[in-house]
Amino acid sequence: MAFYVVQFLTGLASAASLFLVASGLSIIFGVTRIVNFAHGAFYMLGAYVAFTLTDRFSGAFGFWGGIVIAALVVAAIGVLVEMVLLRRIYHSPELFQLLATFGLTLMVEDLVVLIWGPDDLVGRRAPGFKGAIDFFGQNIPSYDLFLIALGPVVLGVLWLLFQRTRWGVLVRAATQDRDMVAALGVNQKWLFTSVFALGVFLAALGGALQIPRDAVNHAMDLRVIVEVFVVVVIGGLGSIIGAFVAAVLVSELNAFGILIFPKISIILVFLVMAVVLIVRPWGLFGKPEAPARRTPGLTVNPWRPLTTNERLAAIAVLVVAAALPFVAGNYVLTVGSEIAIFVIFAVSLHFLMSVGGLASFGHAAYFGLGAYGVALLAKMAGLPMIACLLLGPLLGLLGAAVFGFFAVQLSGVYFAMLTLAFAQIVWSIAFQWVSVTGGDNGILGVWPEKWAASPSHFYWLSLGIAALAVVVLRIIVFSPFGFALRATRDSPLRSEAIGINGKRIQWTAFVIAGTVAGLAGALFAYLKGSVFPDNMGISLSVDALVMVLLGGVETVSGAVVGAIVYKALNIWLVSQTDLSKLVLGGFVVLIVVAFPKGIVGTLEAFMHRRRKSSSSASSPLLTSRIESAE
Amino acid sequence: MSMVPTLLSVEGLTKSYGGVHAVRGVSFELRAGEILALIGPNGAGKSTCFDMLNGQNIPDSGRIRVLGAETTGKKPRVIWRMGVGRTFQIAATFPTMTVRENVQVALVSHGAQLFNLWASTARQARDEAGRLLDLVGMGAYAERPCGELAYGDVKRLELAIALANQPKLLLMDEPTAGMAPRERVELMRLTARIAREQSIGVLFTEHDMDVVFEHADRILVLNRGTLIAEGSPEEVRGNAQVRAIYLGEGLLYDARHREGASA
Repeated sequence: MAFYVVQFLTGLASAASLFLVASGLSIIFGVTRIVNFAHGAFYMLGAYVAFTLTDRFSGAFGFWGGIVIAALVVAAIGVLVEMVLLRRIYHSPELFQLLATFGLTLMVEDLVVLIWGPDDLVGRRAPGFKGAIDFFGQNIPSYDLFLIALGPVVLGVLWLLFQRTRWGVLVRAATQDRDMVAALGVNQKWLFTSVFALGVFLAALGGALQIPRDAVNHAMDLRVIVEVFVVVVIGGLGSIIGAFVAAVLVSELNAFGILIFPKISIILVFLVMAVVLIVRPWGLFGKPEAPARRTPGLTVNPWRPLTTNERLAAIAVLVVAAALPFVAGNYVLTVGSEIAIFVIFAVSLHFLMSVGGLASFGHAAYFGLGAYGVALLAKMAGLPMIACLLLGPLLGLLGAAVFGFFAVQLSGVYFAMLTLAFAQIVWSIAFQWVSVTGGDNGILGVWPEKWAASPSHFYWLSLGIAALAVVVLRIIVFSPFGFALRATRDSPLRSEAIGINGKRIQWTAFVIAGTVAGLAGALFAYLKGSVFPDNMGISLSVDALVMVLLGGVETVSGAVVGAIVYKALNIWLVSQTDLSKLVLGGFVVLIVVAFPKGIVGTLEAFMHRRRKSSSSASSPLLTSRIESAE
Repeated sequence: MSMVPTLLSVEGLTKSYGGVHAVRGVSFELRAGEILALIGPNGAGKSTCFDMLNGQNIPDSGRIRVLGAETTGKKPRVIWRMGVGRTFQIAATFPTMTVRENVQVALVSHGAQLFNLWASTARQARDEAGRLLDLVGMGAYAERPCGELAYGDVKRLELAIALANQPKLLLMDEPTAGMAPRERVELMRLTARIAREQSIGVLFTEHDMDVVFEHADRILVLNRGTLIAEGSPEEVRGNAQVRAIYLGEGLLYDARHREGASA
């Protein structure tokens, strides 16, 4: 019995940090409507800065002072980020805000390695809380008791802040109606900045307080952000009480989940989240959002199928690509195969996020499931390659069918958070279930059969499948189903009113996208000869997002162009620098701020302007494209 | 009149929020080809009533039947499939598609082709979409992006979309809100003409009393959740209780004496 009590208390102690980070995220979202993906990065920075400060200054004052100063320092960094970056994108579509803060996360990950090195850092014990308390023969660290008390204290302080101060009243008012608060003469800029600073302070404090419990490392940002997303999805985004209750719930589920499913403890949390989403899609303490306004896009250019000339040009490009083995060496062909595979992956995400308006931040899960599907079939069942390539993606289909069912219940930022959380769950299963997946060591020796083994043959195989995938998805885009999907994206209200079951349409699209991603993963397993948990990792999901974004998120062909350009750049970049995440993250931020239409989008705008200026006199109906002012 | 079938029958519709009775025991009927206006001051329960009819809100009690089939508590998309078209107070269309494609989507949905992954939508119901657009006077704009239409044209496009399932009943929530006076008259005349030609029943809510008194065959007046009057425009205009509610708003003058409603 005592053991369970101690386990319960450990869970409560873990909840404190989680609550701090989640409440910060909720507060920022409430006022600015931005889901700050970089919140985990600020948490990690808090821990690193606190490590340095507490290491430097001795004594109790040095420790506690160091913790608080670390949180303040990171909050100051947050202010800088808000002023330089976020102020530019408050009016951008949601997707761009998510991506920009995500790019920031990537940059911070490389920066901390650069400053503090790649090794885990073990922090000081907290002065005054070094011992443990005996509880019927079980030890409870006294620091845990401190954290257990801290959670409710912070909750109380936040409550007082929001209920009893003028600033708090303004924040609550802005949460309900920003425009009205601005109309009343409140300086919105500084209100936003101060709210962001408070949110970041809470995240950094959460990180700093972890150092006596856990080693500091450069992967803690993603671990915490996934848990925080789960917390706010369960508790309700924007609710501080919700963040508190859900943080306790999730931490306890983790603490006891380990006892029930020692290998895959995260399953329990997932099950609870699934139940909450079915019963209360807006979270335990959240309010149902008003029917979502369509995210204002950048253009209103209707899509059209390729003209005959464009089709011929595309075929010509394909023929040239197919001739590559006659002039290029093995290395180039391997790179070519990889690019072709990533074209498949990118068009699958494009289908979901551009056509369906559902920006998945965990699309790599289905890529990875396809890869593992192939690896398991080939190694365990010993099936021939063709059978593996056909059946492997079905694992991606299965995963997309299960997770997609829950994900499409939500939209916008909730959808993004949930898909990311799902992908992390799949990743941790691959990582933890060593007996089946080989864990960190992956599954090796997945080689193609003789007919496809040579680089040129494999290249042709990949190119052929990529061309097929692109053509099939394009046909679907212009099919009645594709139109129904776009209709659901454009106006949920109208599409429901003309008999479209939007959720079912989106679920089907999710399954299609997941299956095609699985196909890409299946090929990838054969290309590399192995599969690893990283094949479903977050950075791969981000890669896919960037490819679509770089090509042009509001175009039909952007994903193809984006995948080719990005993958080629990426492979070159990785060979040139160790700081690829820093460069990649900077690249993402740059695209969002300076180049949101992407390559194809910019080209289209250019062509459109030319066509318009040459024909505007003759055809009054061909009017100018309106660029959304929102 | 009794030979004309009852399209919509509403019995004892009731909805309350907490202690507030938004709608209390509202009953009425609507016949084919009839244009019925639902009016009342702000907060009278018009929108609640309307949302229950189109499936966006579930009544606490009461029954709604369309052509004898129960629609109470059904989802909007199901109600649409039972032959009910609708337009919104703020027109809802698909801004990234062309005008024709907007109508084509509705036609494709009506033809139960939504899960067709292979056909080319451009060739689906192209002529039918063109006919509907001609009907609302939008034929010349068929290939234009919907996102760059003037608002009055978006409203007409929305009407074409609403007609795509050959509805028996059309629900229009403040059809002329946000439009210029001349556009209002044109849109309502168009609606009335189509309704008479195809004997579609129309139920609309409206704040503009000119529109109501010129176009409605019959008027329902709602106040604090209950129906307080029902009848022809003349009857309603003469009703003392209605006058009392609207007193001072100057809304019940004879519409025909006003500018813009003549000719």
